[in-house]
Amino acid sequence: MLIHTAFGRAEQVARHWTRAGCPVVIHTDVTVASKAYADFRERLSDDPLIRFSRRHRCEWGTWGLVAASQDASELMLAEFPDVRHVYLASGSCLPLRPVEELIDYLAERPRTDFIESATTSEVPWTVGGLDEERFTMRFPFSWRRHRTLFDRFVAFQRRVGYRRRIPRGLVPHMGSQWWCLTRQTLSAILQDPKRPTYDRYFRSVWIPDESYFQTLARLYSTNIESRSLTLSKFDFQGKPHIFYDDHLQLLRRSDCFVARKIWPRAQRLYDAFLGEAAAQNQAEPNPGKIDRIFAKAVDRRTRGRPGLYMQSRFPNWGWENGLTAGKYSVFHGFAELFEDFETWLARATDAQVHGHLFAPDRVHYAGGQTLVNGALSDSAAIRDANPRAFLTNLIWNTRGERQCFQFGPHDTPSVNWFTGRDPNAQISIVSGAWAVPLFRSNRDFADLRREAAALQKVEAKFLDELRSPDVKARIRIWSMAEFIEAPMEPLQVIVDEIGQKAQRRLTEAPRMADLAGFGQFLQNLKNQGMHPYLMGDFPVDPAPRRGATPAKKPYLIKR
Amino acid sequence: MGVWQSYRLRLQRRRWRIRAFRKRRNLAPVANRTDQIRPSDLLLFSTARNEGVRLPYFLKYYREMGVNHFLIVDNDSTDGSLDWLASQPDVSVWHTRHSYKRARFGVDWLNWLQMKYAHGHWCLVVDPDELFLYPFCDTRPLRALTDWLDASSIKSFSAMLLDMYPKGRIDEEPYRAGQDPLEVAPWFDAGNYTITRNPRFGNLWIQGGPRSRVFFPEAPEKAPALNKIPLVKWDRRYAYVSSTHMLLPRGLNLVYDEWGGEKASGVLLHTKFLDTFTSKAEEELTRREHYGASKEYVAYAAGLKENPQLWCKWSERYINWRQLEILGLMSKGNWA
Repeated sequence: MLIHTAFGRAEQVARHWTRAGCPVVIHTDVTVASKAYADFRERLSDDPLIRFSRRHRCEWGTWGLVAASQDASELMLAEFPDVRHVYLASGSCLPLRPVEELIDYLAERPRTDFIESATTSEVPWTVGGLDEERFTMRFPFSWRRHRTLFDRFVAFQRRVGYRRRIPRGLVPHMGSQWWCLTRQTLSAILQDPKRPTYDRYFRSVWIPDESYFQTLARLYSTNIESRSLTLSKFDFQGKPHIFYDDHLQLLRRSDCFVARKIWPRAQRLYDAFLGEAAAQNQAEPNPGKIDRIFAKAVDRRTRGRPGLYMQSRFPNWGWENGLTAGKYSVFHGFAELFEDFETWLARATDAQVHGHLFAPDRVHYAGGQTLVNGALSDSAAIRDANPRAFLTNLIWNTRGERQCFQFGPHDTPSVNWFTGRDPNAQISIVSGAWAVPLFRSNRDFADLRREAAALQKVEAKFLDELRSPDVKARIRIWSMAEFIEAPMEPLQVIVDEIGQKAQRRLTEAPRMADLAGFGQFLQNLKNQGMHPYLMGDFPVDPAPRRGATPAKKPYLIKR
Repeated sequence: MGVWQSYRLRLQRRRWRIRAFRKRRNLAPVANRTDQIRPSDLLLFSTARNEGVRLPYFLKYYREMGVNHFLIVDNDSTDGSLDWLASQPDVSVWHTRHSYKRARFGVDWLNWLQMKYAHGHWCLVVDPDELFLYPFCDTRPLRALTDWLDASSIKSFSAMLLDMYPKGRIDEEPYRAGQDPLEVAPWFDAGNYTITRNPRFGNLWIQGGPRSRVFFPEAPEKAPALNKIPLVKWDRRYAYVSSTHMLLPRGLNLVYDEWGGEKASGVLLHTKFLDTFTSKAEEELTRREHYGASKEYVAYAAGLKENPQLWCKWSERYINWRQLEILGLMSKGNWA
């Protein structure tokens, strides 16, 4: 048992082992003050099954940990000839099942060595990139205290191509440092005539406690079970996860024999597991649930929740892992072209259909609301202070409900580039449709001409942006002339893609604005020197007669 | 960041520390129990003015969390809270009549006390109306968090300010001393916060919430900042720059992940909007001791007269920290 702190807990656990008849050899880090060490020894002196081994300096990642385990193992094997299995534990390990169950378990498997041991090339465990190299380089500098020197020396060895020879016969293996070996295997390792060679080699291997026994056990063991009996999970930095009181049920159900690391102040855990023995239980260890929880934690730390921007997640450009939290649709020109587009779309798709969210006067939410999910305000000033945050907030707040909104050349322009880059966006554009409200308005032609020119310029820029190679959104662009030829086909495609309702043919079409005379309107603009080109080629139809013909009823062709 | 800017920030940090050192004369100890502080203790620093009604619950809340010692600057309270604080066994309290504003809203005072007493300690800097929440705070004491932060080599911990408000008029339901303020004001805005990065100090600038929505709809850039870093493993060379929004050296402000992941973070429930608020806002109008010539309070006073309702149909009612984590206001990070 290797300890360096929390002596009270270590004492508790050591006594728990000896109470079941298991002798314990304790190794205490040499950095522990001699007074504290003497006290600790004194307190445990009444227990005949406890021994203390020679002390080493155990800095993480160094040889000291191996030396400590070697000395303690030798002492154990020499002093207690009845011992068949030796279990390496630490002061923050906690037995979860009665020790008798572990004894029975091992008695049924008298020849089995439980040691996680895998060849380096085949596992992605290592953190920091040193997998193969930890066996072929030298590491004279402490990673903890002289990080820069450590890193530089590694880089230097890489550059000059330095490689050490691995002693003949050794195949480097790695795995959890918490093992349980049989007397046979352990003594073979410790009494090997070539041990000085191996020790000299491993002394300058990086993190030898994860490879020394793991490699040598492969030489002698007849029956390796490559897993650790100690439940120990590591986070993305390679440091062990810690267990607290609220993990009690989880640990109970895991059926593992020993868990680490336990927070020393987790009183409930120590009370629960070191107290009365629970009912006998023959189950195999099954840490699946714990594995999932910790895997999720690592995932949250490294990838996070897509589309979330918050105080502790603010990704750099390109690292968002999902610009927004869900899929949404942007419509350019549809609300201008169809009189009842928003209500129609809401009926056809069950999505939340907003008006122009980025309109200059205020945010036009669906149903004329002034606030929506998450208490998002309709103030244009708040929105324009950070349009991108406004949109990502809206999509985040309404997770699970598809959002659709209208967009056009009047609206906050910076949004266009953001939605264009977002794979969650479905952008449908009828170019030039901004001219329809102008055409139907009752304003001076000079004004109209000026505005048309401005809007055309803005929309042309939008279209340029959406043709950039960085664009990831699903984009469809029709010129207006092209679109009104057969409007239902594109609409069907868009609605199918939104896919909220079961796929079926549209039964109802939105009502198109009356475009009689629109061609002439465009011609007038042209005559004034302003060439509207985004709407495609419109025929100049004859100017409408007074009392224009009633709008044609929209129809659908059923196939 | 260039060498030049780094040097300038170093100078600035030194300036704040010298300033804190000079402001030490403002503070007169009333009850100094700092000799009780043991090396591993968790400390809490605060300034208070006429917060007598809040303090009983405030101390109780943080004692239960595991704070070992409170260091409080009383800015000339007239409600007897100074005597009450002085009688508490785990509180050290200093009194001052000097200007809150000229001590940079209390930052200088606390920087000084932290320089003197907090070196090597984990310390929380919160106002009496702020309740700190962190992941698993219902099952694990604060010490579990600080131990974990130590093990992960993390020196500072972010907790965004979340404004809590009642349903109905702010002054409708009175708050009694010792009561949980969340019984009166359990509502909050869940998803209208905007973030920008402050390139100078490297911190995030968070705005939004009910104050931005109701009091600053036309000038959101004036809305108060909500980013806070209240929990820091203090070193005497550190200094808070403005409130607890940001610190120097600026590495401490990197409490967010830039590569897509989430770091662990908490929330400060800001229970400012109790019935005491209206009178406080009026007092501030004449006193003008708050940030930006108390601009915030001017806006509040104007807003409050017209429509003192912060609650809306989309307000969320506070349940627990897990709710806030699901809403994306805080995160467990890789603490599990």
